[in-house]
This record gives sequence, structure tokens and C-alpha cells, in this order.
Amino acid sequence: MLEIKDLHVKVDGKEILKGITLSVGTGEVHAIMGPNGSGKSTLSYVLSGREGYEITKGEILYKGKDLRAMEIEERAAAGVFLAFQYPIEIPGVTTMTFLKTALNAQRKARGEEELDAVKFLRLVREKAGPLNVSEDMLKRPLNVGFSGGEKKRAEILQMALLEPSLAVLDETDSGLDIDALKVVSDGVNALRSPDRSMIVITHYQRLLNHIVPDKVHVLSAGRIVRTGGKELAHELEETGYADIVEA
Amino acid sequence: MAVRETVETVDEVGKYKYGFFTDIESEKAPKGLNEDTIRFISAKKDEPEWMLEWRLEAYRRWLTMQEPSWAKVNYPEIDFQDAYYYSAPKSDEDRPKSLDEVDPKLLETYEKLGIPLSEQKMLAGVAVDAVFDSVSVATTFKGKLKEAGVIFCPMSEAIRDYPDLVRKYLGSVVPVSDNFYATLNSAVFSDGSFVYIPKGVRCPMELSTYFRINEAQTGQFERTLIVADEGSYVSYLEGCTAPMRDENQVHAAVVELVALEGAEIKYSTVQNWYPGDENGKGGIYNFVTKRGDCRGADSKISWTQVETGSAVTWKYPSCILRGDNSVGEFYSIAISNNYQQVDSGTKMIHLGKNTSSRIISKGISAGKSSNTYRGLVSVHKKAEDARNFTQCDSLLVGDKCSAHTVPYIESKNPSAVLEHEATTSKISEDQLFYCMQRGLGEEEAVALLVNGFCRDVLQQLPMEFAVEAQKLVGISLEGSVG
Ligand SMILES: Nc1ncnc2c1ncn2[C@@H]1O[C@H](COP(=O)(O)OP(=O)(O)OP(=O)(O)O)[C@@H](O)[C@H]1O
Ligand SMILES: [Mg+2]
Repeated sequence: MLEIKDLHVKVDGKEILKGITLSVGTGEVHAIMGPNGSGKSTLSYVLSGREGYEITKGEILYKGKDLRAMEIEERAAAGVFLAFQYPIEIPGVTTMTFLKTALNAQRKARGEEELDAVKFLRLVREKAGPLNVSEDMLKRPLNVGFSGGEKKRAEILQMALLEPSLAVLDETDSGLDIDALKVVSDGVNALRSPDRSMIVITHYQRLLNHIVPDKVHVLSAGRIVRTGGKELAHELEETGYADIVEA
Repeated sequence: MAVRETVETVDEVGKYKYGFFTDIESEKAPKGLNEDTIRFISAKKDEPEWMLEWRLEAYRRWLTMQEPSWAKVNYPEIDFQDAYYYSAPKSDEDRPKSLDEVDPKLLETYEKLGIPLSEQKMLAGVAVDAVFDSVSVATTFKGKLKEAGVIFCPMSEAIRDYPDLVRKYLGSVVPVSDNFYATLNSAVFSDGSFVYIPKGVRCPMELSTYFRINEAQTGQFERTLIVADEGSYVSYLEGCTAPMRDENQVHAAVVELVALEGAEIKYSTVQNWYPGDENGKGGIYNFVTKRGDCRGADSKISWTQVETGSAVTWKYPSCILRGDNSVGEFYSIAISNNYQQVDSGTKMIHLGKNTSSRIISKGISAGKSSNTYRGLVSVHKKAEDARNFTQCDSLLVGDKCSAHTVPYIESKNPSAVLEHEATTSKISEDQLFYCMQRGLGEEEAVALLVNGFCRDVLQQLPMEFAVEAQKLVGISLEGSVG
């Protein structure tokens, strides 16, 4: 699904990612952990094609294609999804309208038929229920005045609706209470499938009890310093990053 | 019978008294503006003498007036003698025979707006025969209105058929001498609409659909008068989202609204005149005077406008809150792109007791355009307990455009409660990225964000139009990013 080779990325002239190599197979879930400022969000932005992230070296192949040649929206239509660490407020645009516009934009780009209002409504209701996203939330402008937890649930709702092939979840667990964590993880787990890959960025092993990863990577100062199975997360929880980072 | 006689008298008067005999059969008045031009227009329209006199008085006034220069707009000096003031509607031979003969670019925009094919023909001025759908639709509408006692007809017809109403109300809100452009309009107005809603009648339909089908060919100097008698209600929609082209560069319309006791008028405008090309060449200069008079107690006038066209827009729909407890509202979206210049806003004049007004203005500037909100809230001495709420929000798309907010507040009564809020924001890179990550193209993302910004105002539009207006917002901003 995703092949990253020796990726170097500069932001504002400063090198943030310093040679990342990572391979995520189809259907796999990888967790990325690592201290604040190590470059986790940067990696997610690079994957989605955000401006200002200059790839100075290396390559990214997505489904065998060079991601760099694709525009942000082309990547989205091709199935790259990013659940934001800090979801952005969209004043005046209801969650419902936003979801419909996004879904239809992607369908159109893929040459599929756009969904009419009735079909769309049915689909949203079906996806929103399990995530505890209320009708009221759907009618409010997206993310405006949403609580931290509501914002994260809205991100997962978008993922459920857009059905990406590669989802990057950037600290989707932060700001969630215990019940919400369960709802969100159940939502994510429900989306696990043999043809969908996920990269789960988190600081807490707690999330990985719910969403059990195939692999765990530790990112530090722009490099992957350690890779292991799900037990690596437990180890980190006990020892912290200090040992690994210094090693 | 009486009407006919008046018309003949005018013809006679025209011929002898003033020695005026320009070829009445000709399609166009000669270039330039003088008393003869005005007589020509008036005669062409078979107007009674009082109307001609009214026009001439306006013309003589106009000669003494100066073009205003206080607005934040720049345009080359207009030579008013180098223009035509009357031309007959195009004959069928001059019109395109089918949509194949219409500018494909125009058709593309109709398509994007989702305008049905039959209406596209109408809007593009295609010559159509009597079997055309809209004719029967229009007839149905006419029947319904008649049943309700509503008068809705071209101004020229009203002058002939309802002279008492016209004489009573025309110029009673915007006096002949009001301002340079309004005075010019009073002298040379081409046509427009007249609406009268009788006492206690709720107009059975939006006067929009009908209008769209019938009055697509608006004139250069439109004149509209709407009178809502006691306890009546009407919602009127002017203009349309489809782009409008016109050979005449200067447009100066006048709209007068009169709401008597307990009456309510809701007036919505979508203005999409040709704005000029991306280099600022061409485009309509639009100098409009719109004013509503809440003449009776408990009356209400509400203006909603979506302004996206014209090279220069000079427009301040206003409310005179004369009746006690009367309410004035102004909801505006003004979009400028490329080299467009907009100076628009409103005036709320509080005269009666316990009057209230509400102003929501959304200005969006993109490209190299300039967008100014200019508003006045004035509370007179006797206007006990007046209230106003004003919110002016400006949104900048890109960094070569500008937005200005010029709110004037005058209060001569200490009991007034006036609130003013203003914000200026930019479309953030974060928002664009977020939308695009979800699959929206950049222009689509801008359109969505701008529509969100305009939401409070779009919600005021009649349903069917709100949808088209949303698309229009996107189309107006095409080419503003990237
Ligand atoms: N525009 C920028 N200019 C300069 N430095 C930047 C810019 N954007 C990010 N950085 C730096 O890049 C580094 C990596 O940031 P990033 O957001 O990827 O970290 P992170 O691993 O996601 O951290 P956290 O766990 O706190 O979310 C940080 O040191 C940050 O300050
Ligand atoms: Mg981060």
C-alpha cells in the first residue's frame, strides 16, 4: 500500500524528517509513537501533500504510484485520508453539507455517480449512529464549538463515510474520555479491512489496547529509531522514550 | 377611454407646442441627452402629460447637479452626452434563433447554475414562439395574482392604467431631486415594475418566478415601485443569477418601496451584471438608488442582496423607519473579484418610536478588487427607544484585494441602543488544506468556505434562489486562487 524510502523533508528551510523508511502493507495497521516535535504530524502532512513541506530526498509510493505527482485532492480521491490532530473549524458550513460536498467531490473525481440528498442522508445516518454523532451535531457548522471529543468523532465519521484505502490518524485519542475512546476505537476497528491500511499516531499505549497494531514504530528527531510488534508499545509505556532515543 | 385621450393629447402637444418631431418610428433615440430625448421617450411610451412634465422637471434639476465623488470607486469620467437613452427592445430578427447562436461561455455558466433549458433561452434572448412553456406559466401566475387583487405590471403600463396610484407614490420615497443618478433616472427611466398589494392581502406567491420569466430584458434605467397597503405582505425578487450583458455601460436604477401600516415587503436582489474581464476592461457601472419607506406603524421592510456583478457598484438600499414599531433589515453579500469595485451598504433612518433595524453585511474581496461597506444608522430626536444591530464581516481571498468598513452612526436620542460588530478575516491555509484533504479542489474549497461565511445572508433568500445563489458565489470567485 505505502512505501516510503529514505524520506527527507524540509519545512521553512529546516530539515524535520531525516531519512524515513517505512513500508505499510495492505490491510496492516501501523502505530507511530514518539516524543513531541519528533515529526509525526509532519509525516502525515507530507503524505497528504500539504504545501510548504519540501521533499528534498527520497520517495513515496502509494499503491505503486508516485504520490508526489498528485495534488492534495487527487490523493484524497485516490483514498488517502488524514484524521487531523487539530481538526479545523469551518464556520457556516454544516457538518452535513461538508460531508456531502466532500463525498461527492471524491466520487466525481473517480468518475462515480454523485449521491442525491436522500441517498446521502441515509448513508450519513447509518455511519453516524455507531459513532454517537447526533443529528444536532450534523446540523452544526463543522468543528465550530465542538468539544475536543466531538471533533475527533467527527473526523472518524468522515473516515467512515469516505472509506479511504490509507488512513492516517494523528492523535485521534487525545482529548477523549474513556467512553469516547471506546466509541472511537470501535469505529476505527469496524473500518479495519483486508484492503485498508492505517497509520495510527499516538502517545498512549491505551489506544493500542483497543486498536491493536501489526507494527509499532518510534519516531525521534525525524528518524525511525525503533520498530517492533505491539509489545513495543507496552515497553515504552513503562520506560518512556529516553532509553530508546539515547540508544 | 380617458387614458387614450391623454395619450393623444401628448402627441399633439409634442408636435406643436415644442416643435418636437423626432421620428417616432425609429428604434433608438439619437445619442445624447436633452429635452427632446425625454419627449421622445415619453411619446414612445404613450405617456400622459403629467409624466412628461415630471421627467422634464427631473431633467432640469439634473442639469444643476454634480456627480457624487465620495464613494470609494474610481472610473473614467462618464460622458452622459455620448450615450443612448432609449432603444426599443430587440426585434425577433435581431435575436439569436437558437441556443447554438449564443456565446458558449454564457451557456456554460447557465449550466453551472443549473438553469433549466427553457429559461436559458429566455435569458439569452433567443427569439421564441408562443408555444414556449413560460408563456403559459406566466398566464397562470397572472390569473392567480388577479384573483388576489394584486397589481403587477410594467411601470409604463401602470402609468397608463393606474395613474392615481402612480402619481400618489412615484417619487414619494426617492424624490426627483434625491441624488444625481436618481434624478437622471427620473428623467429618462426606461421601464420597470409596478406592484400594488391591496389591504390585508398576502401576495399568493413570490413575485420572483414570474419576474424571472418575464423581465429578463431589464433596461438601463429601471424604475420600480412597490406599494404594500395596510396589513399586506409581498416578497419580490429582482434580477437573476445568470450573467447579464448589456451594451450600455452606465446603469442607474431606482427602486421605491412603500409599506403602509402593518405591511411587510421583502425585497431580494441578485445582481450579476457583466463585471468586466480579468484585466478590468469593460463592465457595467451600476449606480442604484433603493429606498423603502416604512410609512405606517408596525410595518417592515427587508432588503436582501447578493451583489456579484458590475465593474463598479454604488448602491445603498435603505429604510426610513417612519411608523412607530417599524422594522428595517438589510442582509447583504457583496463579492468583488479581479478589478471590480464595490461601495455598498445601507441607511437606516429611525424616525418613529420603538423602531428597530438590523444590518448583516458580508463583503468578500478577491483578486485586485476593492470592497467597501458604507452604512449609516441615524436616530432622530423623536425616535424613542430605537434599536440597531449591525454586523459587518469582511473576508479577503488572496492578498491583493482590499476591504473597507465605513459605518456612520448618528444618534440624537439618548434612549437608542446601537450595537456594531465588525470583523475582517482571510480564508486560512489551514481551512483550504482541510477541505482539499477531503477531496475538494481549491476553487471548490474557496466556494464552500465563502458560502459558509455568507450563510446568515443566504438563509434570507427565497429557497429556490438560495441554491442558485450559492453556486453563483462559487462561480464569481473562479480564478481568484492559485
Ligand atoms: N512551519 C514550520 N516551521 C518551522 N518548524 C516547524 C514548522 N512546522 C513544524 N515545525 C517543527 O517540526 C517539528 C516536528 O513537528 P510535528 O508537528 O511533526 O511534531 P509531532 O511529532 O507531531 O509532535 P506532537 O507529538 O507534539 O504532535 C517540530 O519541532 C516543529 O516545531
Ligand atoms: Mg503532532
